Parts: sequence; C-alpha cells; structure tokens
Amino acid sequence: MMEFFSMDGYAAYVWPSYAITLGIIVLNIVWARRSLRRARDDARRRLSIAEPER
Amino acid sequence: MNWIWFHKLGSSPHAYTLARRLTPWVAWPAALLIAAGFYGGLVLAPADYQQRDAFRIVYVHAPSAWMSLMVYTAMAMSAAVGLIWRIKVAHAVAASCAPIGASFTVAALVTGSLWGRPMWGTYWEWDPRLTSELILLFLYLGYMALRSSIDDLTRADRASAVLAIVGLVNVPIIHYSVEWWNSLHQTATVMKIAKPAMPASMLLPLLMVLLGFTLLFLALLFTRVRGEILRRERTAHWIREALLT
Repeated sequence: MMEFFSMDGYAAYVWPSYAITLGIIVLNIVWARRSLRRARDDARRRLSIAEPER
Repeated sequence: MNWIWFHKLGSSPHAYTLARRLTPWVAWPAALLIAAGFYGGLVLAPADYQQRDAFRIVYVHAPSAWMSLMVYTAMAMSAAVGLIWRIKVAHAVAASCAPIGASFTVAALVTGSLWGRPMWGTYWEWDPRLTSELILLFLYLGYMALRSSIDDLTRADRASAVLAIVGLVNVPIIHYSVEWWNSLHQTATVMKIAKPAMPASMLLPLLMVLLGFTLLFLALLFTRVRGEILRRERTAHWIREALLT
C-alpha cells in the first residue's frame, strides 16, 4: 500500500497532477450549474417585468 | 438530404430541451469512464520501463490536452456556423465552450509541467509544443475577455466568433509542433495512423479517460448552452414553459 502511494518516488508529481485535474473537473461542474442557474434567474426576472400580472 | 434535423437544432426551444434531456446520458457514462480509467491507470497498468510510475501522469495530462484542442475546434466551428448562417444556438455553443476549454488548457499545462520536472529536469521550457499550448490558453482568455467587454450579446457573438476562427490556425500548429520542430515533448503515442505505441493494459485506461473527458465536455456544454440560449431569448413565450421544468 505504501508502495502505491509513494509512486516509486514520483508521488510529489503524480498525486498533485491528479488532484489538480480532479479539482478542475469539479470546478467545471460547479461553474456550469451556476451559469445555468443565473441565466434562469435572469430570465425569470425579465418575464415578471414583461408581464407583471403573473 | 434531409435538413430538418439541422433546422431543429438551430431552433432555441428544441435545442434547449434536447440539451436538458441528453445531459444525464453523457454525464453518468463520463463519471464511470473517468473513474475506471483513473483506477486502471494508477493501479492496473504496469510501470513504464523508462519513466517508471511518473508516466501515470499521462492519464490526466493527455486527456486534458485533448480537451483543450477538441473544445477549441468545436468552439471555432460553431462560431463559424453562427457567423455564416446567423444561428443564435451556434453562438450559444461557442460561448459555452470557452471557459471549459480554458480550464482544461490550464490542467494540460500544469500536469505537463509536473511531468516535465522529473523527466526533463524543468517545469517549463520555451519549447514549440509548450509555447503553442500557452498561446491556446491566451486565445481562450482573449475570447472570453472580448466577449465580456461587449455588452450587446449579438455584437459580442460576432466579434468573438472572428477571433475564435482566426485562432483556429494554432490547433494544427500545436498538434504537429512535435514533428515540425525539435521538441523536448515526445511525439504522438495514440493519435497516429500506425499502431499505438503502448501495450493494451496501458492504452485501455487512457482511451477510457479520453472518451470520459469527451462525454464530460458534452455534459458541461449541454448545461452551459441552456443558460446561453436563455440569455439570447428576450421575451419568447417558450421560456416560461422551459423555466417550469
């Protein structure tokens, strides 16, 4: 098990590479969902201004 | 040839609904493929005879680099479609691509640098492959900066489309840089016509992550493009229905 984590002495390069890539994947998911949510909120606001009776 | 599918894709309500329905069908396979590919790459694949365990960085580096080029190509092509045929949905696709592509270009540069340090003895070198990939990042950032500097969406779409199309010339330069110039960077291992220079136990996890990242791109694109479509529709009546779902 320790052998796996030590990556034959390259742990300082292998693990940060995976951590950064996974971090960028997670950020992309968060950013994409936030971007959609904001657009939906804006669209809702525009509709309620255009037709105030609703 | 039947062009109805093309017109349908260009219609905002249709594209919005299609993107919403397709998202889970690409997102879950993406998650499974990436997880399985990382497991295969970190645990099952044998160590490289020269690079030993450091070569395992390939499973995050090559797919990130693939994303940086594939997303740029998709962005420039949809920008061109939007510019030529004035299709709003195409511009919405192009605008959605930029932040995804930029972030994976950063991933490719950083993981490449972490690979270069133990293998080449340096984090960075002004090498053709590395320099042209850095220019790709600046193209993405320039595209996003140009977009955000123009308030009118229609004008922002057109101006940024021109930049995206001109920048497309950089994509083959990045790909062939390792052949055209003397580069520290190794030449293609998978993306070449001859047989890939890797045994199956090393290659399969890589192909899984490559496919997984491509599906992840589609899932992110489908999510973002819905927002971009909504931003381009002012008071269309279909939005009310779309917002209820």
